[in-house]
Amino acid sequence: MKRHFFALFLAIAASFPSLALADQPGITVEQPWSRASIGDSRPGAAYLVVQNTGTEIRVLTGVETDMAMMPQIHRTTTDANGVSQMAPAGEIEILAGESLTLAPGGLHIMLMRLNQPLVEGESYALTLVFKNGHNVDISVPILGVAARGPEN
Amino acid sequence: MISRRTVAGYLAGSVALAGVVLAIGWWQVDGPGAAPAAPLRPLPLSEMSFSMQDQNGAEVSPGGLIGKPSLVFFGYTFCPDVCPTTLSDISTWLTELDAGAEQLNAVFITVDPARDTVAAIAQYIGYFHPALQGWTGSKAETDHAVADFRASYTLGEGPDYAVDHTSGVFLFQADGRFAGVIDLHEDRAQAVAKVERLLQP
Ligand SMILES: [Cu+2]
Repeated sequence: MKRHFFALFLAIAASFPSLALADQPGITVEQPWSRASIGDSRPGAAYLVVQNTGTEIRVLTGVETDMAMMPQIHRTTTDANGVSQMAPAGEIEILAGESLTLAPGGLHIMLMRLNQPLVEGESYALTLVFKNGHNVDISVPILGVAARGPEN
Repeated sequence: MISRRTVAGYLAGSVALAGVVLAIGWWQVDGPGAAPAAPLRPLPLSEMSFSMQDQNGAEVSPGGLIGKPSLVFFGYTFCPDVCPTTLSDISTWLTELDAGAEQLNAVFITVDPARDTVAAIAQYIGYFHPALQGWTGSKAETDHAVADFRASYTLGEGPDYAVDHTSGVFLFQADGRFAGVIDLHEDRAQAVAKVERLLQP
């Protein structure tokens, strides 16, 4: 019985040669950083640059982390009257060879309902969830409350 | 001799032509073809009439800012992206000023007084430049302040509500006259130049 399953698995794996490349996600993440939170009642934010080094379009659908109950990718927009607002960004396509920048005042990872404060100097695990199932785990360093970018 | 029918034809044609001209006028002036209206200018600080509490609980009003140039920004401390970014930018400009930060007023006014008490504001601005002031007041005082600045805000829904709000930094001359806005995405050099210009005699 077991042997049959193994044979079946081999047959399926052979029919999907791309599965064999699952450990080469074609995604590079640069300069991740998060702003420290004041306590745990206010939402946190994280930023990074996602590079699609593969040959196919990739679709970022969300993020997961133990730090927050509701981590979401948001987009800040500012209208002609100078009023800024945030809304969930939805699925984001990253073309092959292109990169996606999450930076202050634009796209950001919003950590809603923190499970614990984001403490300056620490870091936490975060998973970028992609539509094709090949997710990417990263570590996000926590900078100061007044940090403006990955360097400070 | 011109027949009645011809006259009627001319009239109908003229009416139709006038209609087209009016429609084009509407398109260009009020319709989708209109140039985006410049945002309204805030009142001079001397003509604003609200009062609030600062981060120490002291009574403050815009008139009290006259005498030095001022930077004023609306936001809320539960704002994860725009507000810490702008407060960090303002802190950087203050640090980079040749004349020194004490030559200016820099004021953060909350649009979320329900959560931003004096204590919450004091703790929050403590992470930014020490020259920064944080003002809060009742809902009525907040609405009054927003109206005087010709700014706007909209409270979101639910327990974790966000607040849409005017995000530019308002600039005022030492005598309280409005002097412009620094937008959210303006680059650092241009922003510092605008602030330096405020300090020119
Ligand atoms: Cu957000």
